[in-house]
Amino acid sequence: MAPGGQTAAAQQSGTAVSNAGMPLSVTWLDSLRIDSSAVERRAATLVARRTVKKEWQVAWLLRAISCMDLTTLSGDDTEQRVLRLCAKARRPLSEEVRAALGLGDLRVQAAAVCVYHRFVAAARRALEGSGVRVAAVSSGFPAGLSPFAERLAEIRNSVAEGADEIDVVITRAHVLEGRWQALYEEVAAFKDACAGRHCKVILSTGELGTLRNVARTSLVAMMAGADFIKTSTGKESVNATLPVGLVMLRTLRDYCARTGEVVGFKPAGGIRSAKQALEWLLLIREELGTAWLSGERFRFGASGMLTDIERQLAYHGSGRYAAVHRQPLV
Amino acid sequence: MALSDLGARYQSMDYGPAPEDAGPARAWLAQYAGRFGHYIGGAWTPPSEGVYFDSTDPATGEKLAAVALGSPADVDAAVRAARAALPAWQALTGHGRARHLYALARLVQKHARRLAVLETLDNGKPIRESRDIDVPLVARHFYHHAGWAQLLDREFPGQVPCGVAAQIIPWNFPLLMLAWKVAPALAAANTVVLKPAEFTPLTALAFAQLCEEAGLPPGVLNIVTGDGSTGAALVKHPGTDKIAFTGSTEVGREIRRASAGSHQKLSLELGGKSPFVVFEDADLDSAVEGLVDGIWLNQGQVCCAGSRLLVQESVAQRLLEKVRARMGSLRIGSPLDKTTDIGAIVAPVQLQRIRELVQQGIAEGATCWQPPLTLPQQGLYFAPTLLTGVQPSAMVAQREIFGPVLTTLTFRTPDEAVELANNTVYGLAASVWSESIGQALDIATGIKAGVVWVNGTNMFDAACGFGGYRESGFGREGGREGMREYLQPAWWRKAVAIGAAGAPAAAQRVADDAVPASSPGEAIDRTVKLFIGGRQVRPDSGYSLPCLDAAGRLLGEVPAGNRKDIRNAVEAARAATGWARMNGHQRAQVLYYIAENMQQRRTDIGARLAQAVGRAQARRELRLSIERLFSYAAWADKFDGAVHDSPVRTLVLAVREPIGVAGVICPSPAPLLGMVSMLLPLIALGNAVVAVPSRDYPLIAADLYQVLETSDLPAGVVNLVTGDAAELMRVLAAHDEVQALWCYGDEALCAEAKRLSAGNLKRTWSNEGRRIDFFRADQGEGRWYLEQACQVKNIWLPYGA
Repeated sequence: MAPGGQTAAAQQSGTAVSNAGMPLSVTWLDSLRIDSSAVERRAATLVARRTVKKEWQVAWLLRAISCMDLTTLSGDDTEQRVLRLCAKARRPLSEEVRAALGLGDLRVQAAAVCVYHRFVAAARRALEGSGVRVAAVSSGFPAGLSPFAERLAEIRNSVAEGADEIDVVITRAHVLEGRWQALYEEVAAFKDACAGRHCKVILSTGELGTLRNVARTSLVAMMAGADFIKTSTGKESVNATLPVGLVMLRTLRDYCARTGEVVGFKPAGGIRSAKQALEWLLLIREELGTAWLSGERFRFGASGMLTDIERQLAYHGSGRYAAVHRQPLV
Repeated sequence: MALSDLGARYQSMDYGPAPEDAGPARAWLAQYAGRFGHYIGGAWTPPSEGVYFDSTDPATGEKLAAVALGSPADVDAAVRAARAALPAWQALTGHGRARHLYALARLVQKHARRLAVLETLDNGKPIRESRDIDVPLVARHFYHHAGWAQLLDREFPGQVPCGVAAQIIPWNFPLLMLAWKVAPALAAANTVVLKPAEFTPLTALAFAQLCEEAGLPPGVLNIVTGDGSTGAALVKHPGTDKIAFTGSTEVGREIRRASAGSHQKLSLELGGKSPFVVFEDADLDSAVEGLVDGIWLNQGQVCCAGSRLLVQESVAQRLLEKVRARMGSLRIGSPLDKTTDIGAIVAPVQLQRIRELVQQGIAEGATCWQPPLTLPQQGLYFAPTLLTGVQPSAMVAQREIFGPVLTTLTFRTPDEAVELANNTVYGLAASVWSESIGQALDIATGIKAGVVWVNGTNMFDAACGFGGYRESGFGREGGREGMREYLQPAWWRKAVAIGAAGAPAAAQRVADDAVPASSPGEAIDRTVKLFIGGRQVRPDSGYSLPCLDAAGRLLGEVPAGNRKDIRNAVEAARAATGWARMNGHQRAQVLYYIAENMQQRRTDIGARLAQAVGRAQARRELRLSIERLFSYAAWADKFDGAVHDSPVRTLVLAVREPIGVAGVICPSPAPLLGMVSMLLPLIALGNAVVAVPSRDYPLIAADLYQVLETSDLPAGVVNLVTGDAAELMRVLAAHDEVQALWCYGDEALCAEAKRLSAGNLKRTWSNEGRRIDFFRADQGEGRWYLEQACQVKNIWLPYGA
């Protein structure tokens, strides 16, 4: 077994996610034990044990950009707002910064833009030919409490309009009521509705109550075929935290090691700074290994973070601390 | 920045170098031209013999500085300086001393990074550890003890400082061990002579400079650098009142022997082979990280390192797979790199020792696994190592390796886990991993160790005591229990020697109102026996010894107990495990019942005792013995532990546990009261005792055991063996199943008891040849005795839903 615990097959760098799922195993689910205090200690010290400096930091920040799901999920979103985001996703760095860093023809762009179903078509058009993918939050985002048939229909509609990836939300009540079979069936139905597009399952960890629930929910989602497991909608009061991420990654690692499948991970919500971006990358690298450090298997759900990364990169390029107003708006 | 580099780094996502700048630390060394004298009486003092030795960076072999080699004359000068500073330091108020300790805490924080870098340079530990663990704990320790200085009078009434403390510290946590020693000593109004480790003297010298800056009065802290010979000179110096040592068990034993003849109070924090117990219901991933913090912290050069992995068979394979995977992501390399997990081994001799022990482990059948890491070309490195297939009988399962080497064993049941965990001469620390609180606490209680971390490891805090059971030493550092090591009762300090002027000899006092012995023929002959395992037994030797009164008249005869009788008595005491498991209330019931039965027989007992000590004393002894039984019955369920204020979301339970089997050499004067005063604190807290009764009047044994026999005291809890006290003491002292030895006698007997107890590092208590007035409650009973009749186990319980 290699560092991080992944199987040989899963280790191959760049291999995209693919998860056939497996039957629900309640035995496995029941065996999960999470020691919250120990998890918190590991999360707190892990980011103090590793650091990247100078050009290595530049490389890691560029990688962070390439793993971004540049996201806008507000009630006041308009098509123009989405188009602006798409433009930024294609060209996340100004020519000035690129030149100062000497990036040459190194292609750096966001992995995807993430929008409500209503804007899928516009984003699709704006990103045509760029390689930037379109992700839609469907299935009654963010509460996931609209009628089940409507949620499935929303997913199918997003697929029909050209979404490459669907971010779906689970019914938290299934977790809180211990209805694992229902949760499994729900995610399996979402996966089926995604019709081969990546199914990114949002667990809303801030509403699950305990880290053990986070682990169990992660496992059920993966058993049901989730291609990615994602922390949060960004709308809960507590979003992506490192302890939650650590628990999800460890569960993901065990699942991949036991089944040979490859599942991706996406923290979302509350990730705003370049420093946080580096911390998440450190966490991934330490727990899963470098194979997971690409947009194929890892995504940030964020938008403002890009501005801070740009500022840091501008500093690395020029030696001058950058002002916010000099960065093109996200 | 060249694109090609950036592109490659973008692809590889490697960490790249992240060196900590050693410039400021080196500049500090340069201020002293790379050469340090001792710090004595507030002045930098060249070594009297003019000899210096080099302190080197184990990661590079580079010389960092020349440091004075302390001679006996240097040690003497330092002890004199400490003695001279004592009156003014003790004349300060607690608040005055608190201000000094507070200033030191602040200065450590202000210069935290320089101290951390210097520590890493000198010791080879990763900068992440010195920066995030060692130095913050140092500052915390001085803050905490500034508080004890402030509260000394109120929190420790009737206690006075020992005086001059001699302190010897190891190389694995150089500055932190300094803090653990110096802070409580100063807070308790002692002055200090500290000898840092030969390999790592530099942060102690940097600390001396902070003391200068803080305006600590000259002589309050003196630092003499040097090697083992310097330490030996300090231990042997008669001018100190307290010795505190952290280091190997072997050296600890030597110090115990060397200081046995003195009145120096002693605390020893020694080696360990701490179990790391993982149950099938543990969070295995977290347990793996616990192991990283347990055995790969500081290259495994940690006395409380979780070096023996005990894992439940049902999860052993999965856990070991995870351990191997995790070992693969450990980073070994330059200690100054911020991403290094495993730095350099402190010295060539240590590296050699680790290599030899691992080789021996392999030769004994262990399978050795190391992750495919590249060790640096230069410097002293040893890869993290996993030894599987290690049987309990293997050397590597028993000996402290003091390196990044983990041995593994499996267990089937909780009972077997405890059995394996306790199958060691050590008892420093343990780590227990289980998500079932009932099981975790049961195991934590069962393991014989001074510190038990539940679902955690290597957690430390100034408010929580740290120290060992068994041959891991005695005494505690940190918290209230640590402060006691530097304090003693005021009356005790003033107590005069037995036989000195003002100390009446018991024999002279008895004559006046002694009751004549009844003449033969008037009474039925009374056969006194030994009392072993709850039964009256004849002595193995078949001999008896006469018991005479002060005038030389025969009062009766007692069995001449010998080594076999002691052996049998210890066996009986060891078997009386139920007593320790009874709760305080149950033990109190038995003590009250003993009091009741003694009261019923007081006329008979008093009449016989009066033949030896006179009517008046006999009456007083009986009255006070019964009172004392009430006192200890009262304490039995009240002398309880504490919950320490500890780091975030952790309960730290300071639990008082019995020591085990204790040998007791009872006082000669006050045959009944003296014996009762020494036995009761021990049995009240759950120990079992083998006692040698008064030499002046051993017949008292028969009166006592008749009372005990009728009082529901479980068999084996108290065993009484009459005979030659010195000879029986030697047998007890040399018995490895006896964990404590209390000896009342003249100076020579006490010194011998302490010296002979070094074999298995018994906790010893003696009157040190001084006279204790057992008729006075302030001297004859109380917390001072109870504290020495138990040992404190700190159980750490981090929690979170």
